[in-house]
Amino acid sequence: MRHPNKISPDEITDPAVYFNRRKFIQTGILAASTVATGMAYRHFNHPASGEIKTAPIEGLTVAEANDSNGFHAADRETSLQDITHYNNFYEFSTDKDGVAPAASSFETNGWQVSVGGLVKNPRVFDLGDLLKISPPEERIYRMRCVEAWSMVIPWAGFSLSKLLDVVEPASDAKFVAFETLLDPKRMPGQQSDVLNWPYVEGLRLDEAMHPLTILASGIYGRALPPQDGAPIRLVVPWKYGFKGIKSIVKITLVATQPRTTWSEAAPDEYGFYASVNPQVDHPRWSQATEQRIGEFGRRPTLMFNGYAEQVAHLYTGMDLRANF
Amino acid sequence: MPNRSLICTQEWICERISDGMKEDDLRFARLLVLVNGAVPATLLGWDAWHHHLGANPVNFAILTTGMLALIFLMLTLAVTPLRKITGLNWIIFSRRTLGLYAFFYASLHFLIFFSLDRSFSVSGTLSEMVKRKYLFVGITGLLVMVPLAVTSTNAMIKRLGGKRWRALHRLAYVAAAAGVIHYYMQVKADVRQPLVFAAVLAILLGYRLMDYWRRQSPAPAATPAVKPRPEA
Repeated sequence: MRHPNKISPDEITDPAVYFNRRKFIQTGILAASTVATGMAYRHFNHPASGEIKTAPIEGLTVAEANDSNGFHAADRETSLQDITHYNNFYEFSTDKDGVAPAASSFETNGWQVSVGGLVKNPRVFDLGDLLKISPPEERIYRMRCVEAWSMVIPWAGFSLSKLLDVVEPASDAKFVAFETLLDPKRMPGQQSDVLNWPYVEGLRLDEAMHPLTILASGIYGRALPPQDGAPIRLVVPWKYGFKGIKSIVKITLVATQPRTTWSEAAPDEYGFYASVNPQVDHPRWSQATEQRIGEFGRRPTLMFNGYAEQVAHLYTGMDLRANF
Repeated sequence: MPNRSLICTQEWICERISDGMKEDDLRFARLLVLVNGAVPATLLGWDAWHHHLGANPVNFAILTTGMLALIFLMLTLAVTPLRKITGLNWIIFSRRTLGLYAFFYASLHFLIFFSLDRSFSVSGTLSEMVKRKYLFVGITGLLVMVPLAVTSTNAMIKRLGGKRWRALHRLAYVAAAAGVIHYYMQVKADVRQPLVFAAVLAILLGYRLMDYWRRQSPAPAATPAVKPRPEA
């Protein structure tokens, strides 16, 4: 008897294939391992992001910009997101993406800044009193990191000279030394000896008195978030970013050139002056160009970070290759 | 054709390794590595497409691919010690794929630097390579991997012969050392991560050295030349 629709034996699925547990298990292993690898990748590579909710700065005035003072760079400003999530602040993390999360719980209540040394009126300022010395101005500065990337940042702050005028440097004061908070509990990066803590920086007195040199307490019209140096930091726009010491607790006027953290950590790579100079390379990379954050491709680095007109006279006759 | 089988070619460069494993399982082990090795590249590409590489995407991609190249180099060099310690001989079948991924990520690392950081400038790239020691060390590591990738096929193993192939592929040690030194040299202050890689590499190479010495110095003379086998 003929079956009406006969199926040939070789068309019937082999039971060994139909019940192929091996293939099933293999597919499971493949899928699970792929997910695990993906999660491992995500665990180690997660660009930081988050909202900045610090208090608005009251009474912020827009700096009087003119062609020659350099207070208001015409470049497009870097986004607040990038300024607050790409930071070099080893007190919290040596990973630029890791600073914002590591610093998120940093408290600055009761912050004081002591200003002393060779001055007529040494004083310990409560932060509020220090900020009242001069009304906050918005200064839009280029910021060039020694690592050859750059940003354009709208700071809120006032010229350091205003503070120095209050304490009145003595005639033998030639330099200004700055110091960051030392508190390994609040700044967990200080628990490792990556750098010699506390972070210290310094300027020559005429550099410190220059109107472009500011003490900043805010960005984008808001108080500085911890990752950018809360509650108060130094900004020296014609120098590499590491000169802009953060979370300052001490300012001392001194007679001789003070020690600085990076020049001690690697004397052949980071100097005391650290002025932006496209002609003097870092031993390990060129300083001729920079990656502007938010731009595609690199742009040429400008002498003194584009502030030559304002500051070049401070260095007349100085060998900038020797004093890098 | 028997000498076309996976096991047969691998035995040119290793000892007997099949352990009665089914060829299907060996192919699966290789597929597992092939698929998983592509995961980081896929996610990196996905994130780049969606602008999720953070503030400095080019730098992020260079760092990530460099790190992946080092990780795959270490995994490649971990295969033989693991195989000898655990006796899981089949894992040798993942080695070629791991090594090729190390080469793939190192090449990607260089190509992103050349294209997006140096804007395809051959002279700019070359002058940097000569001026910066860490770049010179890095490119040396990558170039050393080229002949290894080229001779990774079964046909090349046969053409070279097991002995010469093994000798040539010891260059993998040079590539890994160059990679770790390159990483160490470009770090600003926090050398902890490069030191972790250096420690792993030291263990992996140290194991080989110990293994070599063990084979050089036969058992002490006190033991009888022929030990009676208990089961005999």
